Amino acid sequence: MSRLAWRVAYLREVRDETPSARTLVLDVPGWPGHLPGQHVDVRLTAPDGYSAQRSYSIASAADGDAVELTVQRVPDGEVSSYLAGAYAVGDPVELRGPVGGWFVWRSGDPAPVLLVAGGSGVVPLMSMVRARAAAGSRMPFRLVYSARTPDDVMYAEELKRRALSDRGLDVSYVYTRRAPDGHGRPAGRLTAVDLAEWGWPPEFEPAVFVCGPTGFVEAAADLLVDAGHDPRRIKTERFGPTGG
Amino acid sequence: MGIVTPGFTGRRRSDVNLPPGQYLTEDFPVLSAGPTPRIPLDAWEFVIVTETGQKHTWSWPQLMAMPSEDVTVDIHCVTKWSKLGTRWRGVPVSAFFDEVETAADFAMAVSYGGYTTNVPLDDLLDGQAWVAYKFDDDDLAPEHGGPARLVVPHLYFWKSAKWVRGLRMMLEDEPGFWETAGYHDYGDPWREQRYQGD
Repeated sequence: MSRLAWRVAYLREVRDETPSARTLVLDVPGWPGHLPGQHVDVRLTAPDGYSAQRSYSIASAADGDAVELTVQRVPDGEVSSYLAGAYAVGDPVELRGPVGGWFVWRSGDPAPVLLVAGGSGVVPLMSMVRARAAAGSRMPFRLVYSARTPDDVMYAEELKRRALSDRGLDVSYVYTRRAPDGHGRPAGRLTAVDLAEWGWPPEFEPAVFVCGPTGFVEAAADLLVDAGHDPRRIKTERFGPTGG
Repeated sequence: MGIVTPGFTGRRRSDVNLPPGQYLTEDFPVLSAGPTPRIPLDAWEFVIVTETGQKHTWSWPQLMAMPSEDVTVDIHCVTKWSKLGTRWRGVPVSAFFDEVETAADFAMAVSYGGYTTNVPLDDLLDGQAWVAYKFDDDDLAPEHGGPARLVVPHLYFWKSAKWVRGLRMMLEDEPGFWETAGYHDYGDPWREQRYQGD
């Protein structure tokens, strides 16, 4: 098998998602495409040759040479603070991928899908939502998205739009610190009731993808297993504080 | 050296020698592919199945009765973090092979929950690998692979199978879980063997 080559990508456009996260739209000449849920490695190199690498989930569906990454600024994050800060339109960065063949959704999979996102863990799940739309899939999708406050919701406008226009896609929100007025659910951590109400019953044998910080993923996966979901159908991916 | 990233200077250089592409962390991040399995100790077993189908089984009390070693090792995760000086207690894998006869060169580590990873047998012997059950003097937490996990510190940490249940000996190398998903069959961090083809 040939080596995954480092490619040079150029920043085409930036979109702010939240006060601490932004989406980088990269041009990656020769990009081979990717499956939703895969990630890339990004390498930064300083003038003295020092370099730093991190992995980032891809946020976009496959679309020619364009690859979108959403970078959450991590306190003291060596790479994230650069990518979410000084990195400017037109600048190059090195990248290789796509990587990972496990935490991926394939449009031919005949199971309904439950996506459970904690914070910036929504990124690879958003790629799945977008890939579903791009494929014209009618597969029932449910996204349960846990965020601290309404201000921390990434892709807020797009999710609102897609919840109306993407038939068969349901989006529900769990706010852990502050819920918006009229939300109906008081602020608090994800519970078994949330997953029962907004997820799929285990008998539907959904494909489940859980992504977020370790504590969130552990808790959500345990709730799902306790509710009767087959552990083999629950795929997890974690964003640690060291992801930055 | 890669192309220079405009405006990137990076952190103060650390004076420790890390494998290429790695950075230091003080945390102990968790990486796994699915829910954390919970294995009661009275049901726990460690099984080596040889290429001829012979089974050798150890129970938890038997594991506890084997001579253990305390080791302090550096670990390197393919997701780029490295953690130095981690302290483990476990039984060296060699000890299990005292009573196993095999001509196989490769082992598939098999875990509760279905995880697998392939490692050459030579990399598991001679003080290079342990079935570890304590971390920092505490029982190994489930999310870090407890009650027992492999620790093979000279390879990327996905080779250190959590919730290890046994070894299946193989005459030919076969890819395990992450290896099938595009990760390297051997995984030497010093040669930066992250992905197939590296």
